[in-house]
Amino acid sequence: MIGMSVHTLEDAGTELSAGTPAIRIRGLEKRYGALQAVRGIDLEVPSGELFGFLGPNGAGKSTTIKILCTLVRPTAGTAAVAGFDVVKQRTEVRRHIGLVFQEPTLDEYLTAEQNLRFHAEIYGMSRTLIPERLDAVLDIVGLTDRRNDRVATFSGGMKRRLEIGRGLLHSPRVLFLDEPTIGLDPQSRVTLWKYVDQLRVQESITVFLTTHYMDEAERCDRIAIIDQGEIVVLGTPAGLKASVGQDRVRVRTGDDAAAGEIIAGGLDAKVIVTDLGVDVFTDDGEGFVPRLFELGLTVQSVTVTKPTLDDVFLAYTGNRIDDAPARSLPPGPWSRMRR
Amino acid sequence: MTATSPVPELQVAPVLAPSQGVWHEVRAIKVVWKRDLIRFRNERARIFSSLMQPLLFLFVLGKGLAAVVPTTGGTDYSTFLFPGVLITGVMFTAVFSAISIVWDREFGFLREMLVAPVRRSSIVIGKCLGSATIATFQGIMILTLAGLAHIPYHPMLLAGGVVLTFLVAFTVTAFGLVLAVRVQSVQTVMPVMQLLLTPLMFLSGSLFPIGGNIPVWLAIVTKLNPLSYGVDATRTLFFSFLPPGATGGALVGGITWFGWLVPVWLSVAIVLVTGLVLLTVACFLFSKTE
Repeated sequence: MIGMSVHTLEDAGTELSAGTPAIRIRGLEKRYGALQAVRGIDLEVPSGELFGFLGPNGAGKSTTIKILCTLVRPTAGTAAVAGFDVVKQRTEVRRHIGLVFQEPTLDEYLTAEQNLRFHAEIYGMSRTLIPERLDAVLDIVGLTDRRNDRVATFSGGMKRRLEIGRGLLHSPRVLFLDEPTIGLDPQSRVTLWKYVDQLRVQESITVFLTTHYMDEAERCDRIAIIDQGEIVVLGTPAGLKASVGQDRVRVRTGDDAAAGEIIAGGLDAKVIVTDLGVDVFTDDGEGFVPRLFELGLTVQSVTVTKPTLDDVFLAYTGNRIDDAPARSLPPGPWSRMRR
Repeated sequence: MTATSPVPELQVAPVLAPSQGVWHEVRAIKVVWKRDLIRFRNERARIFSSLMQPLLFLFVLGKGLAAVVPTTGGTDYSTFLFPGVLITGVMFTAVFSAISIVWDREFGFLREMLVAPVRRSSIVIGKCLGSATIATFQGIMILTLAGLAHIPYHPMLLAGGVVLTFLVAFTVTAFGLVLAVRVQSVQTVMPVMQLLLTPLMFLSGSLFPIGGNIPVWLAIVTKLNPLSYGVDATRTLFFSFLPPGATGGALVGGITWFGWLVPVWLSVAIVLVTGLVLLTVACFLFSKTE
């Protein structure tokens, strides 16, 4: 019974994957008793995109991901991943996604290779393909020489890499990375992103990322910020930054007060003089710099500061991205939910 | 967008997890089973420490009590005790192996299994067979001590012993899984298991004969315990291989229902059916989690 129905669905999926979005969410809601964790999300992620999903803790981020991964059923609305419905075609969705969770999910008593083999078997990969694919994945994540070592002996960065390699083993169409670099040292983070970028090229994979790191959010093609169960804003990192404010050009001269008056008089821009210099606010900071010299000022230094994603995050959620605290929600249902 | 990327080493492969129906589920069961065995092999300390309890029962409790238990029919108390020790030892190993699923939850590996494109029941069945196999290994190791309890190393006795051991291990594992799926924290599951296993062990007829002069309530409770039938079947099997004259006398009376002696095949069936029912319950509960 399963074999037949699943087969036709699979055909539908591969056929669709050329033009269908990797993820399509319509009016998604999830309630846990009185708590509404997700309240009406609509979202479409095209195939091949690196998509960032940001939000403070408890904003509905984890719940949405769990719904997309078929671990949680939505209360209302629909969601499709790789063209498959997350409620009606759970098994098909699972076949087409790779998951790297925040928390480790490796068996530390097994070797790297044993962990990968377990995954290959439980995902029903073709036996003839396994050895080749295993070598390829170990090579991608740079663990070939440690394949026969127990995971317990690995560093945090190596474990993460192995998890990513495992998530890719069955060639998923969509890779979910839930805080993939949390707790890693900067060097491991750089290495890890090198691998992810390489993978996106080699496997033309869609990546759905959640992160607290601004530099990682910057890498995304597009970002959605979710707060209190709703998407509050969606756009490219540059577009989002432009939406929250102007560039700040800080000019230092011999006489800042005088310079401030000259700039305010000569150019149409908002000017504030502080102890730190003359701050000029404008839409195009770099383009503004040459005009300073046209005014004949003796400039000692100029710095252009763009709004950061942190500013974006702050503007839309009232929290800072890197230390977004848990909201003061009733602890009971919340802690249960996040388990 | 990848069309322009330079020389991809890997082809943009179709999803490498084709659907294979029932055969896929069988592979999932097998790999879950295999993982338990790999882990068991890697934990040699666990193998030997799990032999400690049976040895203590056999040579400390057995020899100690032999002094006060009147032996009849020419058999030693330790001969009577041996099948009970075998089953009890297997029981503890099976349950502690089954509840490793709670550790898997704690250390995250359970999630790797939960998101796999297989039925939850395949994971439970694989886990059940894995733990039962490990417990059977331990049973085989205890069986090698049979001679110390004056039990002959007859091939048929040993083969039957292994089969019965596996059967009991299977049922006890299924019981452990039902609890392990419900109880979610490592801190809770150990005391809960101890709390349930200890009475199951004492009320299984492994330490004293049920047919003997015991209070009625004790006899009733013991007869309600499915494990008693596993112990009884094993003991009946072992005693059938003892030299003529060593019949066990009053020590081996079998289990009776209102005077009717329960035959061995029925005892075996009771253990098996209990195991299958518990496994079904475990599968059902597990499919409801998360």
